[in-house]
Amino acid sequence: MAREVRCKTVEEPSLVALAKTHAATPSFKNKTASGSHLSNVHLCISSSCFLSGAGQDVGRSCILVSIGGKNIMLDCGMHMGFNDDRRFPDFSYITQQGRLTEFLDCVIISHFHLDHCGALPYMSEMVGYDGPIYMTHPTKAICPILLEDFRKITVDKKGETNFFTSQMIKDCMKKVVPLNLHQTVQVDDELEIKAYYAGHVLGAAMVQIKVGSESVVYTGDYNMTPDRHLGAAWIDKCRPDILISESTYATTIRDSKRCRERDFLKKVHETVERGGKVLIPVFALGRAQELCILLETFWERMNMKAPIYFSTGLTEKANHYYKLFITWTNQKIRKTFVQRNMFEFKHIKAFDRSYADNPGPMVVFATPGMLHAGQSLQIFKKWAGNEKNMIIMPGYCVQGTIGHKILNGQKKLEMENRQTLEVKLQVEYMSFSAHADAKGIMQLIRMAEPRNMLLVHGEAKKMEFLKDKIEQEFTINCFMPANGETTTVITNPSVPVDISLNLLKREMALGGPLPDPKKPRTMHGTLIMKDNSLRLVTPEQALKELGLNEHQLRFTCRVQLQDPHSDPDTLSRIYTHLKSVLKGYTIQHLPDGTVMVESIVIKVSSSAEEPNTKVLLLSWSYQDEDLGSFLSTLLKKGLPSGLSSM
Amino acid sequence: MKLYCLSGHPTLPCNVLKFKSTTIMLDCGLDTTSVLQFLPLPLVHSPRLSKLPGWVSKDGTINLEKELKECAGRVFVDSQPEFCLPEKELLDLSTIDVILISNYHCMMALPYITEHTGFTGTVYATEPTLQIGRLLMEELVNFMERVPKAQSATCWKYKEIQRLLPGPLKDAVEVSTWKRCYSMQDVNSALSKVQLVGYSQKVELFGAVQVTPLSSGYSLGSSNWIIQSHYEKVSYVSGSSLLTTHPQPMDQSSLKNSDVLILTGLTQMPTANPDGMLGDFCSNLAMTIRAGGNVLVPCYSSGVIYDLLECLYQFIENANLGSTPFYFISPVANSSLEFSQIFAEWLCHNKQSKVYLPEPPFPHAELIQTNKLKHYPSIHGDFSSEFRQPCVVFTGHPSLRFGDVVHFMELWGKSSLNTIIFTEPDFSYLDALAPYQPLAMKCVYCPIDTRLNFHQVSKLLKEVQPLHVVCPEQYTQPPPAQSHRSDLMLELQPPPMPYRRCSVLGLPFRRRWERIQLLPEVGPVATHLSDISILLSLVHHSAVLKNQPPIVQVLPLKKMRGSAVFFLSLPSQHGITEVKVEETTDGHILHLQAEDTLIQLEEDGTHIVCDDNEPLRTALRDLVLRFLMKL
Repeated sequence: MAREVRCKTVEEPSLVALAKTHAATPSFKNKTASGSHLSNVHLCISSSCFLSGAGQDVGRSCILVSIGGKNIMLDCGMHMGFNDDRRFPDFSYITQQGRLTEFLDCVIISHFHLDHCGALPYMSEMVGYDGPIYMTHPTKAICPILLEDFRKITVDKKGETNFFTSQMIKDCMKKVVPLNLHQTVQVDDELEIKAYYAGHVLGAAMVQIKVGSESVVYTGDYNMTPDRHLGAAWIDKCRPDILISESTYATTIRDSKRCRERDFLKKVHETVERGGKVLIPVFALGRAQELCILLETFWERMNMKAPIYFSTGLTEKANHYYKLFITWTNQKIRKTFVQRNMFEFKHIKAFDRSYADNPGPMVVFATPGMLHAGQSLQIFKKWAGNEKNMIIMPGYCVQGTIGHKILNGQKKLEMENRQTLEVKLQVEYMSFSAHADAKGIMQLIRMAEPRNMLLVHGEAKKMEFLKDKIEQEFTINCFMPANGETTTVITNPSVPVDISLNLLKREMALGGPLPDPKKPRTMHGTLIMKDNSLRLVTPEQALKELGLNEHQLRFTCRVQLQDPHSDPDTLSRIYTHLKSVLKGYTIQHLPDGTVMVESIVIKVSSSAEEPNTKVLLLSWSYQDEDLGSFLSTLLKKGLPSGLSSM
Repeated sequence: MKLYCLSGHPTLPCNVLKFKSTTIMLDCGLDTTSVLQFLPLPLVHSPRLSKLPGWVSKDGTINLEKELKECAGRVFVDSQPEFCLPEKELLDLSTIDVILISNYHCMMALPYITEHTGFTGTVYATEPTLQIGRLLMEELVNFMERVPKAQSATCWKYKEIQRLLPGPLKDAVEVSTWKRCYSMQDVNSALSKVQLVGYSQKVELFGAVQVTPLSSGYSLGSSNWIIQSHYEKVSYVSGSSLLTTHPQPMDQSSLKNSDVLILTGLTQMPTANPDGMLGDFCSNLAMTIRAGGNVLVPCYSSGVIYDLLECLYQFIENANLGSTPFYFISPVANSSLEFSQIFAEWLCHNKQSKVYLPEPPFPHAELIQTNKLKHYPSIHGDFSSEFRQPCVVFTGHPSLRFGDVVHFMELWGKSSLNTIIFTEPDFSYLDALAPYQPLAMKCVYCPIDTRLNFHQVSKLLKEVQPLHVVCPEQYTQPPPAQSHRSDLMLELQPPPMPYRRCSVLGLPFRRRWERIQLLPEVGPVATHLSDISILLSLVHHSAVLKNQPPIVQVLPLKKMRGSAVFFLSLPSQHGITEVKVEETTDGHILHLQAEDTLIQLEEDGTHIVCDDNEPLRTALRDLVLRFLMKL
């Protein structure tokens, strides 16, 4: 069972028994949909331990969340470093056989990068899933193109089989439901999701998943500083139970964007000046557009002549997407797009394979970004031997890719057919990929105020560092599950109660206007559980509704006291004494020979035989139990001698 | 719950809803029909307009030569045109917490409400509404500022004078509220208060009320609003459409189960079928062009014009009009055309899927690319040199009182070859043409109003079943011109609650419950029905119940019979040895003799009388409580 929660219902009027929640063993085998409001949330990082998911690795993202009886898959990424089964998440974790549809309530894709959506057609068409897949409009538009691109490289060029087909990509996309920013989408009666702007790439979104009062926010990849074409991620103070954040740059606090840009331009400029060629491996969409804008303006300003090329026919199409989805770019571009569309480049031209052998300097953007296949790899092979040339890696490279190897300083690469390639060209790494750095992650935590934090999509050591920092600064739990590990977080959801306006008005009449956020108010009412709902009403209304009479519990306590005064004097002395001890209470000395403290009655009597031994009678009802008990103990101690009897 | 009605115009509403101590303004429409009382503002000096005689009353007692001019048998105010504002005196505008905007036509009074009034709240609107609303305001300001008019006529507004003026000036209403156009600075400041929302976004207001915009199908980003708490739901329906045009279809199902539905913005042309009008538009246009004349289409720069251009895109090839130039002249023409292409999320499914290709959603991109459609900021500059006739010109303002359209009226009005085709339903075309009479130009009236008609609305209401409907009084009777058409009004059971300008309606609501949150630390509350004392406080804007120890329980009891037996079986555990039981009429009295303690057990109460022996008393107390709970 996914949860250990009970909401006991006995015959009406029924008892309210709210059991404490327990940590539960995770399981996706039971899709329990219970109406109960107490539960816990647990997260499973996909795939068993020998395979990597989104845990402490930057390979691919696929997270399963179970919240309030709902199971949600967050991202369905592919590992670019593997060429075998290991590139896809291990869905057998969810079910050994059969389709996933009955185990998942929905799938949400945060953005179009293949490490976040690359396994989607495999999951939906080859493993089998027919439920809704949510993604934003730009993601829905661009994701199938990248998938098809990738499929072509894998199947057509490398000749792999057992891979998804074009038709499967199309069928998969038919299951996609587009998400708009901030729109609250009701997946079913209980489960709702909401997308927030994440920056990172066009159409990237963070998602909030909510069931009852429990919620989880998944960031996908995001960046907290606006760049040349995208804005900064933003989320409201939604106080999720768990914030699942990527942590690619967990330890880096990157220097200012401007410095990095200047550095980049300087390096490109120097290489071009000395007649070298610059290769910039990129993904067709995303960072590429930002760097294009950067170079375009630089070329314009410096009046540069060296050609800039962009490989693959995707360029124009890609830029067109940016033009049509301009509302997803940053403020500046949006404001000026009518006058000047930033995605219409003058200096950047389409690349032809033959150009690579042209003499003289040039700058080439080529896909893919990690040098694991395709055009960028081909050009790299051609240019690697010349120390005049330069390769600039503007993003992260997954382990196992050539990009990763050369970034680690490897000078001799083993290629196919046992050939070795000598790397003589200059290798530069410039982090342009728009991930949040440590500062940005902390900033997001401050924005959303989560109760628990979960770090994924990063490297273990770096995450450890960040985890300590988060726990110190925010005193919240921070988890960093390994691949295949399940994290269970116990939530403490509140229970919705309907309060009768009569009661509320009465309480308001008693003590000034509500609401004063700083001062809580004590109020008294009766809680009724009926028809699976809780209602708080006035005691009278409750009794009337249930046809019950109130049962009064009253105490009368005799306290003996030695006090050599007349009975009325003793009473006066008690009055004075209580007045001085009990500040802020209503104490009255009534003419009928009683003292009233709130509703507690105090009388004095004595027998004729022993006039100095007074018997005090204290009488109170159970509602005043605390005060009554206090008073009897107080008076037992006797009256101080210095009291006047007024 | 109260509704304050600040505008009497049924399609340009401005209402204020007071609901659960929040004050919510629903739209702020600007009634621009007032400008029909003014003389047109020509872009180029017009000898005809400058030579008009001033108006003096017949007996000569009132001389308003400077303010009023006689033109074509009617009297017009010679001043910068003024607009009829929403009522500002009915309530203090600075107390408004939020303004909900439903579409860009219904926000034109925003700067009058948010600027110089002490307003400190937030305005909620969708992104297309904001962007296109900004363009329309910009255009309006530009039209006015391009032709500055120093004089501002005020004398004619005095009540004693106004009633002596000839009609229709005499019958103009609320003239004291008429104001000149705002400045661009006011527009920018007003729009900086807008917070963007998406369809179906749940926006919490102070933890008390939730508001949600829903697609209304009328224009880009147009919305209806749901204003609700846990137990009450008000739907605000403004301009909505069920026709398939460019916007996302209307979300009807979310309007279900409303306690109150405020219905505004129905079609102003209940008898005109938009499709038929579109056909008339095309055929008249083609006819005029073939005869060598020009076509003038006075229109707003956003909205129906997109549909007109799309219709023409398909039509011109078939009608052999491929070489006819189409001009769109407005200071915001370019922006409007560009903006329409970037709001894919807000478009109908057909247009949305084009973006995935990627192709621009509207075909006017192709018209522009092939040079069939050209746009200019004004008649000055490039246009004057590139302009070829015969042609089709789309330009504003549809009232024919200001904007580039005034120039074309002067230019083309004298030739019967030319045609003016009215497509916007906001202005009476006869009134609009009045200052240009006599006119040789042909006039065609093809008002296209895609908003709900009475037939559609009654079907909608049957489906969504609101308990009460509130609507402008105009909808509760047939239009004055068609008083026999009882189908052109709302007939509902219970009858709709009509409002007019300055009405204050009490909405029929009985609120009985409020939703609060019981924090988990309060639980486990108790067994049985529990009487609790709790701390009511506000955490993150929502009321929560916290524990207030101790939990006190009042104990309902039905019967006490047999209680003595229960008690007799237990006390031995507490060292009580001797208990005497006495039967009374209502119950029992237990006498613990050694302790000199009496327990009086009755059906509706238990009374414990004892010495100041606290351990014993609490033991007995718990005993009684335990017993009561077992019942």
